[in-house]
Amino acid sequence: MKITLFVPCFVDQLFPSVGISAVRIFEKLGHNVDFKESIICCGQPAFNAGYWDEARGIAARVLKALSGQDPVVVPSGSCGAMIRNFYPELFKNTPEAEAAAQLARRTFEFSSFLVDQLGVRDLGSRFPAKVTFHDGCHGLRELNVKRQPRQLLEHVRDLTLLEMEDQTSCCGFGGMFAVKFPMISTAMGETKAASALETGAEYLVSNDSSCLMHLQGLLSRQKQKLKTIHLAEVLASS
Amino acid sequence: MLSSFAAKFNTRATRLTADLEHRAKIRSALRSYEKARDEKKALFQDWEAARDGAATIKWEAVNHLDAYLGRFVEKLEARGTKVFWASNAQEARDYIVALAKEKGAHSIIKSKTMTSEEIHLNDSLRQAGYEVVESDLGEFIVQLREEAPYHLVFPAMHLTRTEISDLFHEKLHSAPTDNPEQLTMIARRELRLKYLRADIGISGANFGIAETGMISITENEGNARLTTALPRVHVALMGIEKVIPKLSDLALFLPMLATAGTGQQITCYNSLIGGPRQPDEPDGPAEFHLVLLDNGRTQLLADAEQRDALHCIRCGACLNVCPIFRNVGGHTYATTYQGPIGSVITPHLRGLMDWKHLSYASSLCGACTEVCPVKIDLHHHLLHNRRNAVARNPDRWERFAFRAFARLTANPGLLDKLVRLSRPFLPLVRAARQIMPPPIKGWLASRELPAIALRSFRNYWKSR
Amino acid sequence: MNCGKQKEILGRIREALKVSAPIPHIARRQNASQLVQPKAWLPAVPPDQAGQLALFQKNCLQLKTEFCLVRGTEEAGRVAKELREKYGWSLAASHHQIQLDAVVRTLGIETVYMEDQPAQTALEKCSVGITACDALIAQTGSILLTARSAGGRALSVLPPHHLVVAQINQLVADLPAAIDLFSARYDGNYPSFATFITGPSRTGDIERILVLGAHGPRMLTVILVQ
Repeated sequence: MKITLFVPCFVDQLFPSVGISAVRIFEKLGHNVDFKESIICCGQPAFNAGYWDEARGIAARVLKALSGQDPVVVPSGSCGAMIRNFYPELFKNTPEAEAAAQLARRTFEFSSFLVDQLGVRDLGSRFPAKVTFHDGCHGLRELNVKRQPRQLLEHVRDLTLLEMEDQTSCCGFGGMFAVKFPMISTAMGETKAASALETGAEYLVSNDSSCLMHLQGLLSRQKQKLKTIHLAEVLASS
Repeated sequence: MLSSFAAKFNTRATRLTADLEHRAKIRSALRSYEKARDEKKALFQDWEAARDGAATIKWEAVNHLDAYLGRFVEKLEARGTKVFWASNAQEARDYIVALAKEKGAHSIIKSKTMTSEEIHLNDSLRQAGYEVVESDLGEFIVQLREEAPYHLVFPAMHLTRTEISDLFHEKLHSAPTDNPEQLTMIARRELRLKYLRADIGISGANFGIAETGMISITENEGNARLTTALPRVHVALMGIEKVIPKLSDLALFLPMLATAGTGQQITCYNSLIGGPRQPDEPDGPAEFHLVLLDNGRTQLLADAEQRDALHCIRCGACLNVCPIFRNVGGHTYATTYQGPIGSVITPHLRGLMDWKHLSYASSLCGACTEVCPVKIDLHHHLLHNRRNAVARNPDRWERFAFRAFARLTANPGLLDKLVRLSRPFLPLVRAARQIMPPPIKGWLASRELPAIALRSFRNYWKSR
Repeated sequence: MNCGKQKEILGRIREALKVSAPIPHIARRQNASQLVQPKAWLPAVPPDQAGQLALFQKNCLQLKTEFCLVRGTEEAGRVAKELREKYGWSLAASHHQIQLDAVVRTLGIETVYMEDQPAQTALEKCSVGITACDALIAQTGSILLTARSAGGRALSVLPPHHLVVAQINQLVADLPAAIDLFSARYDGNYPSFATFITGPSRTGDIERILVLGAHGPRMLTVILVQ
């Protein structure tokens, strides 16, 4: 089938290998991947800050670019949640309400699309390392993504998954929160990083690069050897 | 522009988040609660269905509040209770102070009620010359320390036994001890005489039962029972939103409040009070006054989108899971109701522009919404408060920045080029972090910047 | 004393409620009478008396409620005497009730009766408060009593030891059953005070460490007469 990949700004500019891995995975499964060059942001930063008019402007472009019937896959829980859960609220009582609802229905976070929509768990991947998994909050609580990444990791050859304590507690990124309240963001990240380090894992995996960017920033400053990597990159390894 | 409250929040948060001892203390205090909570939740045959049921009952009560309050008050008054309706904190305080004067009271004993904190009752009573003693152990402790409760269920959560021992030694002249049981006994002995001498007992109410005209008080220590049994006058203070339709509703609320609030199947004492002492009863207060408090609740009621925040049963579960609360601590909020629920309702009770910062101080992780026994849409209401604050009075620079951002994202090719161009300057930014604008400076204080990829995803896509 | 701003507050409430708030989703799925089913959601309780008795006992153990199962009022009296020896009770407080009177008589110590309207300071000197109750609740290990059935408000909370004498037919399954019993028994002519007691008084306010006997009784004993 044709799958449209929505690549959020930070993936596009900072972690392109996440998007590239997703493309390779879908193409290996025999699907056509589409990418809309006219859009780059889902509007969440403005939305979260309370600037809903501005967010609506950005989101309207996304609605237009992603109109159609194809499923839209997002390798990020937070952007996925923005489109799936918050676009309907953002466009309530506007002419775009129906379009927003229709787009929301066919937008999926990356791991849940693979497992729940395509029914795929084994991608023939190999990643020989000890890893631990961080559940990004938007994916976890807005989109109910918890089981799916683990079902995928289960089938990665030579990979050992070591679950950390407090695996569902927030890493502290939260978008603008990370720079509006850096002291709280850092404290939360330190707690999360410590939980990850305690597992003895070599890699910290997540389905959200924004979480990983924040945690990697902390780990690098602490000169820790623990490396962060996105789920898609692990699954694309062989 | 930061309100003075917001500025203070940032100062306190900066201090507390760097305090590793505080972080560890709160973490260990909450560990035992978490374990107990999970055990008791697991006993339920269907906790999620119970949440739905509780949410449904609260929806019914709050959305027909006039009818249920009417019935509640009618039944109370029929059996001798004096009901006073207070629009605001001042009216509630005035009524109680006037009552103390009328009764010729000297000493007043209180059981735990956050509502009395909200209206600053103790200060008014003291200024009017009355002795006011908090009987709940946690409240007793923070009262001696002259500080606010740290947590709406565990007021002294932030203190070690040594700190409490030092406090008792200083204020009560008791022998220092490291033993929690001995410390509790010191407080018990100290309060014994106060109970017997008090002229007025002031309590809160966890629920008001419309069907039977009773208030319900949940506790573990027995201090509320003593406060409402011994003095000749009992005054209960209750927010108008606490009314629930039927007595049988308690079968759900009492276990859920205990499970979510303290990790117990049910608390030690859950008491129903329906009026002053009856002729065929051997003891009990001769007078029972119920002060119903609005103080901004009707304002929250009028906000249909956030009305469910009035469903709150004050269990504190949202505080316990909130990573912000765990790191900045209860005092940083500097307002009666802390944590997620406090962040949601305080703008409604005390002003949006002064208190919106609490709604911004959140990563919107949603853990609060997930644990709320009555399914309040807490983290989404934080978003709603943010939107409302911007609609009321947007920050000009911020709005400019977001409009510029919107224009930039409308031209992804340009954005891509700009980022590519900035790539070589990153090391400079790192080196000059002290003079960078706050967002970048804040990031760099504790974190390395992410690398900007040599080739963006859209570059890769174009070259396929 | 006036009633304050009743009209204004009710007016504001009615005005606010002119706009409706979303109904919780479950209400949309089911009809009202099926809606709230605490029995199906709360912890499970055995349907038979033996099972409920075992559950009540198990809860007492966990709560540190002392539990004594006896056959008949005579044995109840004997056990009460043993408790008196064990705890060194010198002065008791109680109220008059048929099954209770016999036990208190056998106990044989000076007893203050609530019906005589003792001063609170006199009650404070008692080692134990002995009461009847309305129900025992298996699901939670709780005791339901009221000011009418248990000698007032202070008797069961002021003395440092609370002794409850209950009958086996007072054992009910769960909270919904206890509340039904309470409503049926008092049917509109309620006592001014009722309480569900679940274990001795306790606090966790100091470093979350459990301490018994914060303000209420440090010891709670139930004698259940079969």
